[in-house]
Amino acid sequence: MIIDSWLLFNLYSQKMRLVLTISFCFFGLFIAQAQIAKKNRAFPSVDIKTVDGRNFNTSEIQNDGKPIIVSFWATWCKPCVKELNTIADEYADWQDETGVKLVAISIDDARNMQKVAPFTNGKGWEYDVYVDPNGDMKRLMNVLSVPHTFLLDADRRVVYSHNSYSPGDEQELYEKVLEQINK
Amino acid sequence: MLSFFFRFTFFIFILGPLTLFGQSDDSQTRGKWGEIHGSVQFDAQYYNPDSAIGAPPVPEEFLMNGYADLIYTKGKFTAGLRYEGYYNVLQGFDTRYDGQGIPYRFATFDADFLNITVGGFYEQFGSGMILRAYEERGLGFDTFIEGARVKSHILGGVYLKALVGKQRFFFEHGEGLVRAVDAEISLNETFKALAETKTRLTLGGSFVSKYQKDADSDLELPENVGAWAARFNFLYGGFNLSGEYVSRGQDPQAANELILDNGDIRPNYNMGDALLLTGSYSQKGLGIVVSAKRTDNMNFRSDRTATLFDLNINFLPALTNQHTYLLAASLYPYATQPNGEWAIQADVSYKVPRKSALGGKYGMALSANYSRIHGLNQMIDENGTGYRTEFFELGQLYFQDINFQVNKKINKNHKFTVKYINLFFDIEVVQGLTGSEPVKANIIIAEMTHKLAKKHAIRWELQGLFTKQHFKDWAAVVIEYTWSPHFFLAFIGQYNYSNPDPTQRIFYPTAQIGYIKDATRVTLQYGRQRAGIFCVGGVCRNVPASNGVALSISTSF
Repeated sequence: MIIDSWLLFNLYSQKMRLVLTISFCFFGLFIAQAQIAKKNRAFPSVDIKTVDGRNFNTSEIQNDGKPIIVSFWATWCKPCVKELNTIADEYADWQDETGVKLVAISIDDARNMQKVAPFTNGKGWEYDVYVDPNGDMKRLMNVLSVPHTFLLDADRRVVYSHNSYSPGDEQELYEKVLEQINK
Repeated sequence: MLSFFFRFTFFIFILGPLTLFGQSDDSQTRGKWGEIHGSVQFDAQYYNPDSAIGAPPVPEEFLMNGYADLIYTKGKFTAGLRYEGYYNVLQGFDTRYDGQGIPYRFATFDADFLNITVGGFYEQFGSGMILRAYEERGLGFDTFIEGARVKSHILGGVYLKALVGKQRFFFEHGEGLVRAVDAEISLNETFKALAETKTRLTLGGSFVSKYQKDADSDLELPENVGAWAARFNFLYGGFNLSGEYVSRGQDPQAANELILDNGDIRPNYNMGDALLLTGSYSQKGLGIVVSAKRTDNMNFRSDRTATLFDLNINFLPALTNQHTYLLAASLYPYATQPNGEWAIQADVSYKVPRKSALGGKYGMALSANYSRIHGLNQMIDENGTGYRTEFFELGQLYFQDINFQVNKKINKNHKFTVKYINLFFDIEVVQGLTGSEPVKANIIIAEMTHKLAKKHAIRWELQGLFTKQHFKDWAAVVIEYTWSPHFFLAFIGQYNYSNPDPTQRIFYPTAQIGYIKDATRVTLQYGRQRAGIFCVGGVCRNVPASNGVALSISTSF
């Protein structure tokens, strides 16, 4: 029981704990903001799966020094599908103009994993699609909800990320891609 | 003692670098000291009393859940932890989430061929029917295993995993020990001659065992329960066929007790098994998936006294369409019945090409889904220690869903979706409402998005659910205005206009406002929430009705 009081929190009253918990959350937000300003986390390397079930390491996600968009999505997530459908309409132009590549990582679990390949084919998407059924990549990238989109620069460092999708968000994303090209 | 060691280690490895890291902004120093990333999530609600909608009283008035994840990476070394605080836990979550703690902490070393984790880890073998340790925060599920895990791919195309530990159980651990190994071989990677062939074959197998002391003085309970699984994945061009079979030894437990005709309850000494087969074909513009699943007595938990959602070692996927529209998703969603079911599902999606007569300028997406689930006929043995089933015999119909969807972009600024769903739902079996008639419902949904200007859009949904059973008919409306990339405003209204009880013909309005900047999201919501079922991946949680103000903040970095 001595072990369980390792955080002195247990000595405080209920109210004090509440205050501490909330402060902890805001402290986290503070670090978060500080980190976002730096915007250059490295892209992690972890084993995920290809849509046909093979093991695939994320270090193999490369684009010859051109920017890479990494989008976390799921077959059951409407805004995700909307975002990827919208980009699909402009993807050919984006690629011609900037050489950008979009990698779509599905967080579908065992229930829908087998649907990912037919689903993406059915949509006619030209993206590189992978599946992260155990959530390893999702946890390393701290993705809390989908869609969550990251932009990687020439060194595969995260320069921009955006959670959720509203029509028009793809414009901001593309502006960020252009910034990378014109750097 | 072990637990103390973990905590001590984490103080050194996580908080140590964090303090140093905070002092320097220089990127070279950061490289030297590694990187810290994480996420923070804070969900709180202030509850108003509202007996009309059946909202349970909340004496605290204010409840909150808070989570903070930190992950430290330096080269091949990764360590992380998650803080969780519940003061007190939000309505709808398990109240055993009480207080605060750092339940999840781990350290991983990743050499190219070897990956070692000490502490908590998430894992899935094959389809997860034998082992899946996962977190579904929205449902309040978290079954990571704390102990040690080794993953290796020494040989090309051969992947091995071995683990031992105990499962998370709120702020403690489950009593049973879990030991597991898994091997997978991708023949095309292992044998060079097969590297370029169109046919690809992957084979895998797992063994999982749990140990729990038999504390029962009357019954002879197996202390070690083993389960094995074999799986394959075969690919030829656009065709894919995959399957997994799992078998579990005798494991009488609280979740699979036999109820005899005379009302007696007996331990169930049957073995358990499960089979999942999926075939799919796809090419550009067309996708077809057909799957079948039979599960029998496949509760597999690290504590034989556990019930409901507690301490599941495995995961039985629901072979049904995962609906996202409000009425379809939260009134009658199917939840896997682990004691036995036969399920089939077929799913077709087709994209009518651009510039065709039907497709118009942008094409048109069509999809259809059919799923049907039956129970098994379980004939209890005369001595009452087990039961018999016939493999192909279907029992009672639990669920059926037939649905069609059309998505079309009319022009640059307008898109619509129309969906029709026909449901059969055995509410007695799936939701445990004894004596209720099965629900037969038709659901019609229309959704439209209007892009008003470059970054402004309005989206609306109209939904109707029509049934003669349970609460009868519902109507729902959603209106959402978005101003990319930072703001959204939404109104959701649901109306149970023909409830058999006139006092329950209630309108449930909710308004939401949100601000998003990069990976940070803040939403504020006010209104009445209907009691409903919230599901992810075929596991569902009941969320009671509530009235009040809810604030959610989340960020990741």
